[in-house]
Amino acid sequence: METEVVHTNFKSEEYFINMGPQHPATHGVLRLLLTIDGEIIKKVEPDLGYIHRSIEKMCERDSYQQIVHLTDRMDYLSANINNEAVCLAVENALQLEIPERVKVIRTIIGELTRISSHCLWWGVMGMDVGALTTYFYGFRDREMINDIMEETCGARLTMNYNVPGGLMLDIHPNFVKRVKEFVAHFKTKLPEYDRLLTGNVIFQKRTVGVGVLSKEDAISFGASGPVGRASGYSCDVRKHHPYSAYDKVTFTEALKTEGDTYARYLVRIQEMWESLSIIEQLIDVIPEGEHRVTTNAVIKLPKGEYYQKVETARGELGVYIISTGTKNPYRLKFRSPGFSNLSLLNHIAVGGKIGDLVATMATLDLVIPDIDR
Amino acid sequence: MSYFSDIYKGIKTLLTGMSVTGKYFITSKKGAITQQYPDNRDTLKMFDRFRGEVIMPHNEENEHRCTGCQKCEIACPNGTIEIIWDRGIDEETGKKKKKIDQFVYHLSMCTMCGLCIDVCPTDAIEWGQNFENSVYDRTALTRVLNKPDSKLMKGVED
Amino acid sequence: MILLSITENIHNWLFSVMPAGVASIVEMVLIAIVYLTVFAVAGLFLVLLERRVAAWFQLRIGPNRVGFQGLLQTMADAIKLLTKELTGTDRADKFLYNLAPYFVIISALMALAVIPFSKDFHAFDINIGLFFLIAISSIGVIGILLGGWSSNNKFAIIGAMRSGVQTISYELSVGLSLLTMVVITGTLQLSEIIEIQKSGWLIVQGHIPAIIAFMVFMISGTAETNRAPFDMVEAESELGAGFHTEYSGMKFAYFFLAEFINMFIIAAIAATVFFGGWLSPFGITESIPELGVFWFLIKTMVLVFLMMWFRWTFPRLRVDQLLTLEWKYLLPINLVNIVLMAVLVWLNLTIRW
Repeated sequence: METEVVHTNFKSEEYFINMGPQHPATHGVLRLLLTIDGEIIKKVEPDLGYIHRSIEKMCERDSYQQIVHLTDRMDYLSANINNEAVCLAVENALQLEIPERVKVIRTIIGELTRISSHCLWWGVMGMDVGALTTYFYGFRDREMINDIMEETCGARLTMNYNVPGGLMLDIHPNFVKRVKEFVAHFKTKLPEYDRLLTGNVIFQKRTVGVGVLSKEDAISFGASGPVGRASGYSCDVRKHHPYSAYDKVTFTEALKTEGDTYARYLVRIQEMWESLSIIEQLIDVIPEGEHRVTTNAVIKLPKGEYYQKVETARGELGVYIISTGTKNPYRLKFRSPGFSNLSLLNHIAVGGKIGDLVATMATLDLVIPDIDR
Repeated sequence: MSYFSDIYKGIKTLLTGMSVTGKYFITSKKGAITQQYPDNRDTLKMFDRFRGEVIMPHNEENEHRCTGCQKCEIACPNGTIEIIWDRGIDEETGKKKKKIDQFVYHLSMCTMCGLCIDVCPTDAIEWGQNFENSVYDRTALTRVLNKPDSKLMKGVED
Repeated sequence: MILLSITENIHNWLFSVMPAGVASIVEMVLIAIVYLTVFAVAGLFLVLLERRVAAWFQLRIGPNRVGFQGLLQTMADAIKLLTKELTGTDRADKFLYNLAPYFVIISALMALAVIPFSKDFHAFDINIGLFFLIAISSIGVIGILLGGWSSNNKFAIIGAMRSGVQTISYELSVGLSLLTMVVITGTLQLSEIIEIQKSGWLIVQGHIPAIIAFMVFMISGTAETNRAPFDMVEAESELGAGFHTEYSGMKFAYFFLAEFINMFIIAAIAATVFFGGWLSPFGITESIPELGVFWFLIKTMVLVFLMMWFRWTFPRLRVDQLLTLEWKYLLPINLVNIVLMAVLVWLNLTIRW
């Protein structure tokens, strides 16, 4: 490795630069306070709160059915998985028996959401390292999922398809056909992703060995999702605490040990393959039955504390509900994956160049409303 | 020697990437995914379940299905729906009965969560597929969904 | 010889109606106006081409609303930019800030003067043409440095410094790869370089070392023009807009136009030095010299397209990798290549017909 040369004749001065809240690489309204020496990052301080909407406080005001639609607006790229988390928490608290059909459909839609989120991430990742065309290829494939969602759920981004007790509507008659079309289409496009970006020598130079996160650090910073798994920390909630229909499918947890930007990239690409295989296993065996269990119009959770975690596209989302037996939660806390993943940015970006910071941030896959809530 | 093999591999991967974009360039004439939106308005059809706005369908005799039960108003997380109701005298039985005067819908506050339509016991409101909701004045977003002089459809309350 | 006869007629007419000194000044002004027109048209056309080509790579349609197939789109953009407010930072160095765009655009214009568009369409045929081009192409970076420095913006100055580092390094490769070809031609005059290629384009004459030199030239030429994958200067995902962050309106348009003209110039040099300039392939239209402009533009456009293809495919390099590529790969290869070429010429192994 290069050793730092101490100049005696010239004074090297650190300076401070504001990256964001309006900056193309911060994907929203994240503000980074950078201390830089030339091109080398000395310190990164994220400054949050530009899109804080007090979702947790609003949850204390709303009924349990109404809470679900607020979670759409947290991590908007995995809206369905967020909805599922709240619904599962409420259903577990009520000890409702959920029909198998609901579980399977929730799993399929959750995996579709994950693929669509990763597609967007892939496009933006390419754009952050300078390959602008990837963005459109990623969005082309995401568009097909959005159409599936629109046909079945009625909306493309903030679906609010889950309700406590099941699904708001049954799946659309075209759903199975369209999902199969998508799986066939996407299987031909994923190798193309590899040829365009993964194998590219410039891309590899930009990512291999950049922003290395060790396994110990990943655990102590609370990293989850692809960020944790790229460092060798097996933290897939779907595998360790299966919910919905994940105990019925076989899939491998994408694990890498390098912990660098390239490993995080590869983990996400592999997750897309795994998601495709999960969808393929389930799409033909959706059981017949009810799509919804009727609940009381006013849901009152029994007094107590409830926790449910799910694996969103970004990592582990926890929903912690304290109920005093009324129709609103006394306190509702979301453990969002983006917040913990952002906290390690300073740890892994220091010492790199500005370009490294951008590449590292792209693989953390930050969604700012998820961090601020 | 790894110096030269690096150069060779590097150029090879670059050419692989160029072959991908080049393929799309050649087939670009039929492969464009752009929709030319205002031009395709006539052929553009939204899905049945598309959530554009809440509408209240009326039949030919200007009758709707809303009984004024206010379940949607309670279910709405944002205060989008306001039902102004009245007690009128039922023509058949002569008893006093709740009926809606105005079903006010603030589109500007609506998050399209669908809870109102989900709870409606008489299917009085449903999703409209219109998505061109932009207006110059925000007061135009406050809509009264029941048409003037409309009445409750017979048999809905049974 | 229509073109020649027109210019000759104008020349004779001017000298007959006014004294020789005045006539040559008028002639110079006329030529300057012609070149400014070429400059503006080429710039506007290239911007449109870039946008359409990018769209086709990216499964889009591109601008197709203004005029037939969007032909007037860039014209509309230029009018919009003209009418925009010229903003600037408070404590900017006003003189340098306003000067910078002119540096960039004037250097691009000057380079255009020595490029032979056709046999007779050649404004300034000096005997050190190639050297002049290499020298002029490095003046543009002064404008970028001044712009970034005087904007009083940290993002702008990072961009400007990167640009300085980049241009100083890559100039070497541009120069050396062209000098490799000069070993064959033995002259720096562009018209003579084309004359020599009548017995085979230089890329054929010099075969292996010429192909290597061409590849090096295209890579370093792309870097000279600050285009992706070497757009460290702008790097919009890192620096926002880089050195022209604080520029708006027409001053921004100058930077923007100059980038495209520079791209055209690099492609034109490559077409002239490696692919025979305005010569037709195998001399198929040698009897019709008017087609020279056509062949020249075809070759240039193919090379411009190649640069666009690079831009819309590759990720951007990091600033230190940029220097690694130059100093550890391109420069040594180039030096070896010159020796190889010299040996080739010495042993008379060049291919001619």
